[in-house]
Amino acid sequence: MADLRSPRFWVPAAVLAFLALLPAYSALVGQSFYVTLFTRILVYALAALALNFVLGFGGLVSFGHALYMGLGAYAVGILSFHGVTNGWVHLAAALIVGGVFATLVGAVVVRTGGMTFIMITLAFAQMGYFLAVSLKQYGGDDGLTIDARSQLGIVDLGSNTVLYYAVLACLVACLWLFNRMLGARFGYVLRGSKSNERRMLALGFPTFRYKLSAYVMSAMVCTLAGFFLANFTKFASPSYMQWSVSGELIVIIVLGGMGTLFGPVIGAIVLLLLEEVLQGYRPGLFPPLEEVVNKHWQVVIGLFVILVVLFAKRGLYGFIVERRE
Amino acid sequence: MTWGLFLTQVLNGLQLGVLLFLLAAGLTLVFGIMNFVNLAHGSLYMMGAYFAAAAYAATGSFLAAAAIAVAATMILGLVIERVALMRLYARDHLDQVLATFGLILVFNEVVRYIWGPSSIYMNAPEALSGQVTLFGLNYPSYRFAIIGVGLAVAGGLYLVINRTRLGMLIRAGASNAEMVSALGVDIRFLNTMVFAMGAGLAGLAGLMAGPILSVQPGMGEPVLILTLVVIVTGGIGSVRGAFYGALIVGLVDTVGRAFLPIVLQLTIERSIAQAAGPAIASMLIYLLMAVVLAVRPAGLFPVRHG
Repeated sequence: MADLRSPRFWVPAAVLAFLALLPAYSALVGQSFYVTLFTRILVYALAALALNFVLGFGGLVSFGHALYMGLGAYAVGILSFHGVTNGWVHLAAALIVGGVFATLVGAVVVRTGGMTFIMITLAFAQMGYFLAVSLKQYGGDDGLTIDARSQLGIVDLGSNTVLYYAVLACLVACLWLFNRMLGARFGYVLRGSKSNERRMLALGFPTFRYKLSAYVMSAMVCTLAGFFLANFTKFASPSYMQWSVSGELIVIIVLGGMGTLFGPVIGAIVLLLLEEVLQGYRPGLFPPLEEVVNKHWQVVIGLFVILVVLFAKRGLYGFIVERRE
Repeated sequence: MTWGLFLTQVLNGLQLGVLLFLLAAGLTLVFGIMNFVNLAHGSLYMMGAYFAAAAYAATGSFLAAAAIAVAATMILGLVIERVALMRLYARDHLDQVLATFGLILVFNEVVRYIWGPSSIYMNAPEALSGQVTLFGLNYPSYRFAIIGVGLAVAGGLYLVINRTRLGMLIRAGASNAEMVSALGVDIRFLNTMVFAMGAGLAGLAGLMAGPILSVQPGMGEPVLILTLVVIVTGGIGSVRGAFYGALIVGLVDTVGRAFLPIVLQLTIERSIAQAAGPAIASMLIYLLMAVVLAVRPAGLFPVRHG
């Protein structure tokens, strides 16, 4: 079924191979920094992949998925704070809390559509943010330091490399899962309700249930990303739920290619590398300008986002794939 | 809990409400006509506050600072509408949200570059720095002035929208922009006017908030999100909805934060109440919004189409 020469096959294959070999390369050149940088990238890729499932395929433009990353992070943080170090408990708590929250929030938001949907998801995420800020016993505004990473039995997340491969494994598993779901009846109904919901209803599909299930699944994968984020930084902070994080996830999706399965992974790599480069890179060609860019790199990101929206709507992966076909 | 304290909190809520209304009015009108949402509206508010603080420091006159801030924000709004936002009207909501998200990042960094990352302070004008006594209650006269100006603007907007030809076109545009355009009205120009007016009101809100809040980069975002709650609760596109929505959100938020922890302490155990009170209070307006949307998905005062 896979055509080896199709970019739909070799681009993801090449990128995943690169990601799988990265820790080896990093150990070879003695730069452990690459592993931590790419762990962060993979966590964002996982969250963006989840968001793209509802945004790109279901047409539900959620501007509040950072909420679920934050919930996942706080599940780890609060349990560790109370002395629970078992990683499976952390993981189960994160997924259950994320699932319950997403069901409640989803039951309200999925009924609406268009602009209202965008604004309400944003408002709910903001609610979570203020909730986290007001939890004074768990650090409030300053966030919550986590003493040690979750203990997952033989999977020792204490090692950066193991954590990296754990996130990568989850990313690959989710790629496979979403790929299967999109090819199944569920995925077709979801995509159908994006392109013409009225017709799907007329055909007798209860689209609300499909959209709500997709929303909950997507949210739960985001809480998984939050679980990893908290383990990676050993910190749970309200800023994980900040609305700019939700915005960043959408930027990643659009940059990589909305409505393509693999686009978010490429988008995450490109955007986060760009941020990293802008903050620290100094080629020394024109030092005064470089200093300003390093300090005010968000101007460049902002302009970059505007340009991508105006002129490059298909995204990078969309561009590579469509040009060849 | 005394009545004086309660009245003070109600006045504070009213004051937050009118500030939110100034922002919501412009945002909701542009949405009504062009089906466009501008997340950078909060940045215009921030720019208004900075313009005001800078002009006040330079001229020493609050009135001059007010005039400069409102005019400058209006011009800035016109420029970004013509340069960037105009291209987005035909795009879908996702593109609009993303591009204006990019604008927010740019504005925040520009402000940080020009005025530095820490907050700057702006004093209330001399004439309004005292207190007013009302029913035996002392209340800062500057905050009274905010309520007064806000209500006056609301009244003025009501007259413009319901009694003038321009207002008639705005109402017609909100209910069916294509039809108005087909009847020979330059709907783009109309929208630009409305946008500039909205930017001016955002600048006014920033100016008035300057002396009571700290003027700092990113100050627009929390306010923007409250404004979105206001227009979703009130009904997108409706100025009347924005007005009532703003007052409801302002009052519920302020009064809830002040009294919910106290009320909870009367009913449940003290330690739990102290922990849960502020948390629930900070979520109140979002819960309110969720309830409103669950009962009336189009908001409390939806625009009548057709």
